[in-house]
Amino acid sequence: MFHLALKMLIGDKAKFLMLLGGLFFAALLMTQQCAVFIGLLGWTTSHLSNIRSKLWVVEARVEQVNELKPLRDTDVSRVRSVAGVAWAVPLYASVLQARLNDGNFKPILCIGLDSTSLVGRPATILKGRIEDIRLPNSVIIDDLALERLKPPDGESLDVGDSFEINDREARIVAICKSDRAFFGYPYVFTTYDQALQFAPRQRKMLSAVLAEPAPGMTAEATAARINASVPGMKAWTEDELYWATIVWYFKNTGIPFSFGTTIILGFIVGVAISGQTFYSFVLENLKNLGALKAMGASDLKLAGMLLLQVMSVGLLGYGLGMGAAASFGAVAAKKGQPPFMLPWELMGAVLVLILLICMGAALLAILKVRRLEAAVVFRG
Amino acid sequence: MPVPMPMKNSQLPSLNAGELAVHVTGITKAFGKGNASTLALKGADFEAQLGELQLIIGPSGCGKTTLLSVIAGTLVPDAGDVRVLGEMLTELGKGEVTDFRRRFIGFIFQQFNLIPTLNLTENASVPLLLNGAGRRKAEKAADEMLERVGLAGRGKHYPRQLSGGQQQRVAIARALVHDPRLIICDEPTSALDRETGHQVMELLQGVARQADRSVIVVTHDPRVYEFADRIAAMEDGRVLGNRPAAEALPEMAAHH
Repeated sequence: MFHLALKMLIGDKAKFLMLLGGLFFAALLMTQQCAVFIGLLGWTTSHLSNIRSKLWVVEARVEQVNELKPLRDTDVSRVRSVAGVAWAVPLYASVLQARLNDGNFKPILCIGLDSTSLVGRPATILKGRIEDIRLPNSVIIDDLALERLKPPDGESLDVGDSFEINDREARIVAICKSDRAFFGYPYVFTTYDQALQFAPRQRKMLSAVLAEPAPGMTAEATAARINASVPGMKAWTEDELYWATIVWYFKNTGIPFSFGTTIILGFIVGVAISGQTFYSFVLENLKNLGALKAMGASDLKLAGMLLLQVMSVGLLGYGLGMGAAASFGAVAAKKGQPPFMLPWELMGAVLVLILLICMGAALLAILKVRRLEAAVVFRG
Repeated sequence: MPVPMPMKNSQLPSLNAGELAVHVTGITKAFGKGNASTLALKGADFEAQLGELQLIIGPSGCGKTTLLSVIAGTLVPDAGDVRVLGEMLTELGKGEVTDFRRRFIGFIFQQFNLIPTLNLTENASVPLLLNGAGRRKAEKAADEMLERVGLAGRGKHYPRQLSGGQQQRVAIARALVHDPRLIICDEPTSALDRETGHQVMELLQGVARQADRSVIVVTHDPRVYEFADRIAAMEDGRVLGNRPAAEALPEMAAHH
């Protein structure tokens, strides 16, 4: 009987397509907006994913990873002196202006790494050698910089090319892959000492101290020891700083509200279109459903048929919506923007929402059919 | 016109021609509440025998369709007893009545009520599927029944491709496919021309001739009276008389 239920629905092409379209649109809108939102939040924590340190020790009033307040160089030694710290190295991270060969200026994210250990170095080198970063005036740029720092009519930058940072030559010795930052500035890695040469002089220049827990110590326990021993600084585990950054953007920007509104709209549109369409499909088929009821179809059987109909379209719409969202993501990944991240948790959550929409639509229809008298078929 | 062949039905205790297929006593049924209430049946009594084609006639609004709905178990009466094929429907629960209807009653509706998005085979197979038959078996039986009502080879067609008479024949195939003992027909010829109506009534008459079947037809189409074995006349919510057609027809002809 259930195959006939599906045929009854698919046979009504206009209603079927409208229902499918509504659920497809709802799935696409919710998935695409959530994925862009998650991707955007990922961009806000790009320092963490690009530098990868178990412990970040920063100025005590720092709330998130993108607003590091300067410390004294001697603060590195204060962290090193804490029992439970295996090692600690300085990090410079700041937005600087790069002057290109055509005289144009472009903002960059300059990351200065400890020259001995190169802790925080890029994970993937696409071209060149990481060790060459120790050469004077050397920098490693990321793949985004190839585009961003390219002169308007010129060729893309390459290893051996140079530009200026604060009137100093910055020679490209390697090209790396990095996660994109929230503001879209390219990453330029150099040594800590070289970064201090590039940056305008200030009394305090150290951005953060990257530290490693001693063997046998957890990151949390080491952070607690640092916090207890080093006043004026705060140690975060990578995970804590990640979530503090996410929460900061939630609280201090309108981004979640903006995306949230669109996501809710997607849900409402899905509910409205699919609920209304399926209900009108049931209303138009009341006579047929009444005939089935007269012929002995139980309320349970009819409810099962209605659920099957709407759930099938729901799953189809979900699949198509997810496919369209994934295609969007593939294009975004190729172009590098907009941000897009489609974790399985999001796919699962959207599936639940789509099934909720379907169940809502089916519930209305089932109540209608339950109240339907089989005798209605005998009334003209 | 081919006549449907009897199919085996072992679901009910054996009842023979001449025994009562339907025995209804003192049925009342009101619609609406308070001042807006309308009494559709006012203590109606009715009987139909196995092996006969029973007509229920009467003017519009006299309660024919309400009585038919009560017999079919699609409407619960306010008072009275309804015994169908030996089962007291008024003593059964809603689910049991639905189950009884699904197994033992076939329906033919005035507007055919074929599902437009299903082909003829699928339409005719619905009662078997509702009774738990497998898809292949149900469709094979449906095709055989379509053949018996003169629609061989048309199983893949859709209702919109058929004339009214052909659609009603599909409805008959659907009503008979699960071998029901009682066929309930609501104005089966009112949407058909005279010739087609005659063909449909011949089909129903063929079914009613089987000893363990009964066909009840509600109609106000005088063209079909000649096919009846018995005719019950209703007026104002009551059955005034239920006589053999051989007695009733001459009197009705004289009256007209």
